[in-house]
Amino acid sequence: MDKLLEILSENSSFTNKELSLMLGEPEDYIAAQIKEYEQAGVIKGYKAIVDFEKVPDAGVTAIIELKVTPKKETGFDEIASQIMSFDEVSSMYLMAGSFDFAVFVTGKTMQDVASFVARKISCVDGVIASATHFMLKTYKIGGVSLVDDNPSDGRGMVL
Amino acid sequence: MTDYQNVVNDRIKSVKPSGIRKFFDIAVEMDNVISLSIGEPDFKTPWHIREAGITSLEQGKTWYTPNRGFIELRREISNYYSRRFNISYEPDTQVLVTVGGSEGIDLCFRTLLNYGDEVLIPEPSFVCYNPLTVMAGGVPKTIKTVAENNFRLTADELENAITDKTKMVVLPYPNNPTGAIMERKDLEEIAEVIKKHDIFVLSDEIYGELTYGDRKHVSIAEIDGMKERTLIVSGFSKAYAMTGWRLGYILGPSEILSYITKLHQYGIMSSPTTAQYAAIEALRNGDNDVMAMRSDYDIRRRLIVGKLNEIGLTCFEPLGAFYTFPCIKSTGLSSDEFATRLVKEKRVAVVPGTAFGDCGEGYVRISYAQSLKNIKIALKRIEEFVKELKNEG
Repeated sequence: MDKLLEILSENSSFTNKELSLMLGEPEDYIAAQIKEYEQAGVIKGYKAIVDFEKVPDAGVTAIIELKVTPKKETGFDEIASQIMSFDEVSSMYLMAGSFDFAVFVTGKTMQDVASFVARKISCVDGVIASATHFMLKTYKIGGVSLVDDNPSDGRGMVL
Repeated sequence: MTDYQNVVNDRIKSVKPSGIRKFFDIAVEMDNVISLSIGEPDFKTPWHIREAGITSLEQGKTWYTPNRGFIELRREISNYYSRRFNISYEPDTQVLVTVGGSEGIDLCFRTLLNYGDEVLIPEPSFVCYNPLTVMAGGVPKTIKTVAENNFRLTADELENAITDKTKMVVLPYPNNPTGAIMERKDLEEIAEVIKKHDIFVLSDEIYGELTYGDRKHVSIAEIDGMKERTLIVSGFSKAYAMTGWRLGYILGPSEILSYITKLHQYGIMSSPTTAQYAAIEALRNGDNDVMAMRSDYDIRRRLIVGKLNEIGLTCFEPLGAFYTFPCIKSTGLSSDEFATRLVKEKRVAVVPGTAFGDCGEGYVRISYAQSLKNIKIALKRIEEFVKELKNEG
């Protein structure tokens, strides 16, 4: 993978100046590269990685496995477009394996999420079964560890 | 009551404690300190290498190995040196597996030095050469290397330091703490002096995998007529992020290796068995890991060097190891004051250059074996620190 993308995908807070130092390329070249990636849709956006467990009232997240019957003409995509249009859905993937869609849903309480599944998702035409899994603890998001992983723990004094 | 001072050997009493320790002690007492004083990779040992060690334990392979180390490992070390650095060593008689490069250095001094033999040590350099020379009965003689020569050892500097008591010269390149390397031309020049005076070389190549740009490490043993008068010490700690495994090796003429092995055999028996299994895996399948770590270090190196120069702490371009050695003279502080105040006022730990020899005054060692995220924060703090110093002045 391109080094620039590798760095940005881990930490997008570097300035173009810093990126230019790190990669040994001129600043305007870096700026042009980033613009190109943005325009080509390779870079979709930038956002903060938040440890929501540390935010009061941040709510709960669940992964919902859905089994569906694909539609004759449009396959999975039409059902997906209906489900993803709900605000409660934060991410959604088509999966290989024992179920079809993995849907990430956030709500204020477990009750909220449960009723969203029962009243909204399960009623979408084509959905035949669902299984809801609530997340208990987040260890890592987007390559970033949320666990205090201090590499110096137990390390000896080095000369 | 026993007078312990009388019990202890005079030479060990004369050895000074390491200057790096002091800053560790200050730093561990404080919260929120970012340490750029670290002398070991921040990476973990790649998983497949750890797994090879674990598998050997599961299989109950917990006995001593042959004194010189497993022959499979010695073959891999020999293959590795010829593949990477174009020098071939005979696995049976010219390779000894040691407990880290450190044991290797100690063994070389103790095997070669007679009482009063002089050892030439270019400084700034790693802290162990001087005390280990003293303990082996030798006399350490410092050669000051200078920023104007990119901290390389020049033929003139070497020539001027040689006396009729000189036994050997240490070549600590790629260098800790300066990040200096010696290129082929530099080595050819000093090789002439070494051959002329018929002295020996201890080439510490522990950072040999960590050189940047298109400059590959060149071993002095590759220079014509030098292999027969060179002992190479290297190991797995820096290249494969294996510091805690404690595994290194010595390469050199079989006539000397047999004596070194005798000492190793009596003092150590054999190097750690589990580590040797892991090291075989490292040499067989670890090239890509080394390349990936090197590439990460390089990105950090560029960022640090660029920023330090911008901040006004001029920094020659380090081409090896994972250290930068910026000049802090412009701040008006001594190395010690700079490092002490920086950690106290801004919570960034660096090592004063004087820990690596008196000629390190005016410099500090900044390690980039630290995550990019932390390096970015630390640089910001250093920038604030330097700005505040200017306002004070």
